[in-house]
Amino acid sequence: MTQHGSKLTQSNATGWAMALPAIVLVATFIILPFFFAFAFSFTNQRLISPNPTEYVGLANYRRLLGFRVITIAPERDADGAPKYPRVRKFTRNNPDFPHLSGMREWFSIPWGEEKIAILSRDVLFLKCLINTAILVLAIVPLQGGGALLLALLINRKLRGINLFRTIYFMPVVISIVVVSLLWRFIYDGDDGLLNNLLAAVTFGAFKPVDWLGNTDTALSAIIAMSSWQGVGFHMVIWLSGLQTISPTLYEVAEISGASKWQTFRYVTWPGLRNTAIVVLIVITMQAFALFVQIDVMTNGEPLDSTQTLVFQAVERGYGKQDISGGSTISVLLFLVVLAISIMQRYLTRQRH
Amino acid sequence: MALYARQSTLDELGLRSPDLDKPWSGEEFMAALDAAISSGNYEYTIDMGMAWTGEWYPYAFSPLLQSFGGDIVDRSTYQTAEGVLNGDAALAFGEWWKKLFTDGYAPGTSQDPADRDTGFIGGKYAFAWNGNWAAVLTMDEGVDDLVFLPAPDFGKGPTIGAASWQFGISAGSEHPEGAAAFIEFALQDKYLAAFSDGIGLIPSTPSAAAMTKNYAKGGKLAVFFDLSESQALLRPVSLGYVVQAKVFEKTLADIANGADVADTLDAAVDEINTDIERNKGYGHK
Repeated sequence: MTQHGSKLTQSNATGWAMALPAIVLVATFIILPFFFAFAFSFTNQRLISPNPTEYVGLANYRRLLGFRVITIAPERDADGAPKYPRVRKFTRNNPDFPHLSGMREWFSIPWGEEKIAILSRDVLFLKCLINTAILVLAIVPLQGGGALLLALLINRKLRGINLFRTIYFMPVVISIVVVSLLWRFIYDGDDGLLNNLLAAVTFGAFKPVDWLGNTDTALSAIIAMSSWQGVGFHMVIWLSGLQTISPTLYEVAEISGASKWQTFRYVTWPGLRNTAIVVLIVITMQAFALFVQIDVMTNGEPLDSTQTLVFQAVERGYGKQDISGGSTISVLLFLVVLAISIMQRYLTRQRH
Repeated sequence: MALYARQSTLDELGLRSPDLDKPWSGEEFMAALDAAISSGNYEYTIDMGMAWTGEWYPYAFSPLLQSFGGDIVDRSTYQTAEGVLNGDAALAFGEWWKKLFTDGYAPGTSQDPADRDTGFIGGKYAFAWNGNWAAVLTMDEGVDDLVFLPAPDFGKGPTIGAASWQFGISAGSEHPEGAAAFIEFALQDKYLAAFSDGIGLIPSTPSAAAMTKNYAKGGKLAVFFDLSESQALLRPVSLGYVVQAKVFEKTLADIANGADVADTLDAAVDEINTDIERNKGYGHK
């Protein structure tokens, strides 16, 4: 018994020694900065400033999340048609509404005769939040499903299958900056590859679209490109999951005369359960952290339609040297991702 | 900075050649763009260089705002942008700026960077708003009747951006004399001339200019010397400029993409003022 215990501690020590480099790196570059970000979000920390850093309480959070709802009554012109005064009438230099100073209209909805306007301290942040949510909701099924499809396709013994595996995996190995630059050319509004391709298959009937310059298409363009770029990585994870499923199960299914779909539904999919959880959580986290594509391809344009949380965190923290503002976004993002991960973990737990 | 054009374009469209004594007015400028549209020979009339993000925006475009009578920040105090970046002059500038893109005069923020480099040379664009650094390439690529027109006057005089790189010695340096000696050595006319010949920049002293290929008297780019001398205006000399430049860039990109002018300028003013406030006025007295 003692023999056994000492052997365990020994190998334990070796284990720790092997993990040490990773632990040090993660602690230095991920855990420590996170605590810094948390602390900075309660201060007015700047990147460079002679002014001393001060504790500001929740001011940074209030600046991001503050909003008000106002009702705007119409003014009648000579014909009696309702005409709404501009929101800036209330928010700029108006001594009657000091609490609205500096706010912007996020959106407004008609309410009978009147108009209800939602004002926010930081409209851009809210747009980032919405865009990021859309990105996650779209990329998770596209990338996860696409990767599973590819994994099923290449999980067979064929001559030259490694060639296909390599091709599917290639976008993951190429630097995302390079990929983004290439896709910028693909999406080019005049003579990009995509426009030319669509014009060719429709025999010229297709009118060129400025994919990245159009508020309707820019975010979808980013979604399509991002899903494609990461699909190979998750394909490999799915593949590793597929290969842990015992071949005897498939034999049994075949003998009992199960159809292809039944085999997938009752053998493959249950066997992939844990893999699915990993893929789901990893894609969710990656989609929340989307940054390079935006930085290289759109800069958040047009009209903030491709702004994301991480892009704004970097833009504010380094571009505008407002470390506290960037940190605050990072902390909020952390809380959102944490909440969603816990929820996913709960929903996908093993039920007995 | 100059408005790049071909002499042949000016002749073909029947346009007056503006010079430093009599630059185009805002109306003449827009009339020139309309003439270019009517000719049907160009994909876009003017290339503002929207593909170049970053500092290009305040460098190239804030002088146009100043020519309207607005500015990025109130330069008498550097404490507020209210009234200068969202006053009547700035609103007029904003409406004009928006029209350039929404009415199809100029390619917008999604411009292909390659078109920015070669669009004017290839005849896609009738005019281009560009800096002296692109001049040599443009001439080498075969635009032999290239002319550099001064910035138009939108009411408060024609202005273009100005800038130079500075050497500095840290106050904590242990060997300031050594550093000073190095700077003095590096800034000899022969090196300034070599820099200019190598990368096309305007040399910073007249004596160095005389030694260069392009900026010596009668040189192909000597006109940039005169343009800078008579039209150049510095960007705001304030530590707050770091943020102001970023805000200005986003504001102009948003307006070019069709955002409401007054709301966007208001938001820019708020962001700039909040930043100045949070930095305790950036030390301006």
